[in-house]
Amino acid sequence: MQNVGKTYANGTVALHAINVEIGAGEFVYVVGPSGAGKSTFIKLMYREEKASLGEIFINGFHVHQLQEKDIPFLRRGIGVVFQDFKLLPRLTVFENVAFALEVIETDPQEIKSKVMEVLELVGLANKARNLPSQLSGGEQQRVAVARALVNRPSLVIADEPTGNLDPDTSDDIMNLFAEINQNGTTVVMATHNKEIVNSMKNRVIAFEGGHIVRDELKGEYGYAY
Amino acid sequence: MPINKQALGRHIREGTRSLFRNGWMTVASVSAVAITLLIVGVFLTFAFNVNHIVSSIENDVEVKAYLDVTVDRNTAKQHVEAELKKLDGVEQITFITKEEGLKNFKAKFGEKGDLLNSLEKDNFLPDSFVVKAETPQKTEELGQKIKTIKYVKKINTGGDTTKKLFAVTSLVRTVGLVFVIGLGFTAIFLISNTIKITIMARQNEIEIMKLVGATNNFIRWPFFVEGTLIGFVGALIPILIILVGYAYLQRYIQVQLSLYFLDLLPLYPLILQISLILIGIGLFIGVWGSLISVRRFLRI
Repeated sequence: MQNVGKTYANGTVALHAINVEIGAGEFVYVVGPSGAGKSTFIKLMYREEKASLGEIFINGFHVHQLQEKDIPFLRRGIGVVFQDFKLLPRLTVFENVAFALEVIETDPQEIKSKVMEVLELVGLANKARNLPSQLSGGEQQRVAVARALVNRPSLVIADEPTGNLDPDTSDDIMNLFAEINQNGTTVVMATHNKEIVNSMKNRVIAFEGGHIVRDELKGEYGYAY
Repeated sequence: MPINKQALGRHIREGTRSLFRNGWMTVASVSAVAITLLIVGVFLTFAFNVNHIVSSIENDVEVKAYLDVTVDRNTAKQHVEAELKKLDGVEQITFITKEEGLKNFKAKFGEKGDLLNSLEKDNFLPDSFVVKAETPQKTEELGQKIKTIKYVKKINTGGDTTKKLFAVTSLVRTVGLVFVIGLGFTAIFLISNTIKITIMARQNEIEIMKLVGATNNFIRWPFFVEGTLIGFVGALIPILIILVGYAYLQRYIQVQLSLYFLDLLPLYPLILQISLILIGIGLFIGVWGSLISVRRFLRI
């Protein structure tokens, strides 16, 4: 990202001309108090929001000048995980993950093998037929991670993935992300979880008031936000 | 919108499913389309028939001149015939005796014409001349001239009937058009509301679809399918009603009212033309209705 800024329609300046470069295969924590610009930073990456100024390049896409019709193709290379999982309650675990492939018109035979493979990876192959409501919070988040990964994205973005989970479950999910990262996938994670950032050392980018105030490899969470 | 077979199957499945899930809204939308198209259909049936009748009248516009029955038949015939031959713009003159007139009259009543047998003894019909003008437009003018000939008691040019029919048709056309446009918009509004409900109910699915990179067209398709199906089903209902109703009306006019000379269009080519028009309008309303909702509520 070069000189990237974002001003919302109501005049709020969420980001002031920031510069960041994230290499392939990195694991990056994005930290900072609420309203510091973390979420905006995340949303700019998968073009949920469009940058007001500056340039963003991801996987060879010129994200800042991408046309509406090309956005889906940027997103096929990015997996996104949220704090509230965003699973479809009427679909089984298998169907939830398969949904991500169906809607990008993947061949049905391919869907089956890809879904089982990724469910194996997150350790939920035996619960493929369950509904989300029959799973624990941690298991539901695993399904969401599986859905983000099933399209084999080179970049996974997670917005507070452990925000709704208890500490033990959070550790499980973090181990899963670490494993994904070791397989070569870039992980960018916004988080408020101090323990995780301090125990699993990775690059830390800290935001405050729309500026990057700190960017260090093997960083600490820092301030008590 | 390029689309593969597998995806098309999915869109049709999704679209159909939400038709049933939306229950009463679907019923309301389909009814609105059906009522609109029923009016359009009845109006078209009427208009096609009026056109048919008018044009059949126009094609054989001729002046019928009925002779005075109080004078000697021969005197009247010779005088009038001589006068007619002097007129300009006459293509053909045919003399019809009162006996022939009765025969033609009976023919119009078909099988029931036998009821008129008693008239044969005491035929009150006049002798008449049928005068065909060189062009249909000159018929009226010719008729006025013939009217002034001595011994001509009465003329009939068919012009009045034609004029009246046209007046009625244009009135019905105007009133019908206003109704149909009003109802059409109601139908479009109801369809777009039904689609809106589907979109709202699917907010989560749509969000995830966008997130994992489904194309906008892929997201839109099921809603178009839903709208199109509403329009299509809404068109089938009035087609059935008109099919059954028209067949019944034809029999009623011929058998019950014995109006054999009221020459309605045959059911078969007519119902096909009307079906095509109604299905066309139904699909148009359906697609338009869903387009409105997809544009306004599907922020993609």
